[in-house]
Amino acid sequence: MIPRSFEYLAPRTLDEAVSLLQKSGPEAKILSGGQSLIPMMKLRLATPPFVIDINRIPNLNYISESDGFLRIGALARESDLEFSPTVATRFPILADTTSVIADPLVRNQATVCGNLAHGDPANDHPATMLALGASLVAVGPNGEREIPVESFFTGLFTTALQPDEILKEIKVPIPAPSSGGAYLKLERKVGDYATAGVAVQITVNGAGVCQRAGIGLTNVSFSPLKATKTEAFLSGKSLDDATIKQAAELAAGESQPIADIRGSAEYKRDLVRVLTARALNRAFQRAKGGA
Amino acid sequence: MAKIGIKVKVNGVERAAEVEPRLLLVHFLRENLRLTGTHIGCDTSHCGACTVVLDGKAVKSCTIFAVQADGREVLTVEGLEQDGKLHALQEGFFQEHGLQCGYCTPGMLMTGYAFLKSKSNSTEGPTESEIRHAISGNLCRCTGYVNIVKAYQHAAAKLREGGA
Repeated sequence: MIPRSFEYLAPRTLDEAVSLLQKSGPEAKILSGGQSLIPMMKLRLATPPFVIDINRIPNLNYISESDGFLRIGALARESDLEFSPTVATRFPILADTTSVIADPLVRNQATVCGNLAHGDPANDHPATMLALGASLVAVGPNGEREIPVESFFTGLFTTALQPDEILKEIKVPIPAPSSGGAYLKLERKVGDYATAGVAVQITVNGAGVCQRAGIGLTNVSFSPLKATKTEAFLSGKSLDDATIKQAAELAAGESQPIADIRGSAEYKRDLVRVLTARALNRAFQRAKGGA
Repeated sequence: MAKIGIKVKVNGVERAAEVEPRLLLVHFLRENLRLTGTHIGCDTSHCGACTVVLDGKAVKSCTIFAVQADGREVLTVEGLEQDGKLHALQEGFFQEHGLQCGYCTPGMLMTGYAFLKSKSNSTEGPTESEIRHAISGNLCRCTGYVNIVKAYQHAAAKLREGGA
């Protein structure tokens, strides 16, 4: 399969990339990992007249901690996240997530920022970032602005990024002590999109009472879903079996799946229930210092 | 569309070409350079038959434009053999019957090459589950995974002994 012809632009700075975006018009596409864009171009679902390759811009491939945030740069690859010691020890939910995205070869190219900027409700990081309460740094002609992740996904393949903006960085707040998270996904085979996925990030106190809960759902709505009712329900509650069961049922009720080749809406809703309970249990174990 | 000049080091040899931006790396390798060892399988970034090593990382060459490889180094299956001597992985596939039809083999070899390099500082060989995780983006329709795992282990052992 051969993509339609396009003009290839390879800026060396972010400023240059933004000005090329402005000049090229709203149909131009940013190429980072390309693992979603290039397949879409090969299928001619995407036919951008201009492709702006940001891979030649230096110093964007970082994963670092500063000022209370884990910062993930625009060119950090999924495999960088997967093999980062910081992520493995401090953000197991991110390690869970990246390890079930596509396959190891795709993860060597695919970027974490691209997984969000693509705006695909079937992608996995959106749910995780919703659970973690991340914010996204966009750079455009007027400089930088920060977008809370809960207002980033505006619809199917649509985000709050303006046509002349680039997602430069993901800022994940460093969790408070006694926090834990987990991402669970059911996929039919390696590389498949989620039949459903659930991300949970919680903070508990010494008595096992939930202080904060973040819950994101994958591929059960037209855009990544934040299970706000379930989050509110969990806040201030002891995480016993009955509470977890009730929370799982609430999350299932908040999901809005549709039937497709991966299953019926009822099946997916029940899967959200099962995965939410499991993810809550695992997150709770991790918050208490377990693996 | 205007063609773009690229220079790519392929299997240690600097290759220059004028290419359309939409030319995929796999087509550049197979059609421009006539290096047909790299296979096109699914053409949808699922199967891994087109796997090559780009700057040390195994990637799917059907999902990268040739222009993205400008100024970089590519290793294909043709570059594994050195001075008439098979690479330890190639020998492993030969000894352990790691292939039947052979279609997935170039991709399996290149994934294995990068994987074993990443494990080269470890004194213990990779576990079966690590190997199976590493090859989860490479499909073998003959379902010969058992012997492919053995071939990787053969190569890992040989490389630890300081073999090829």
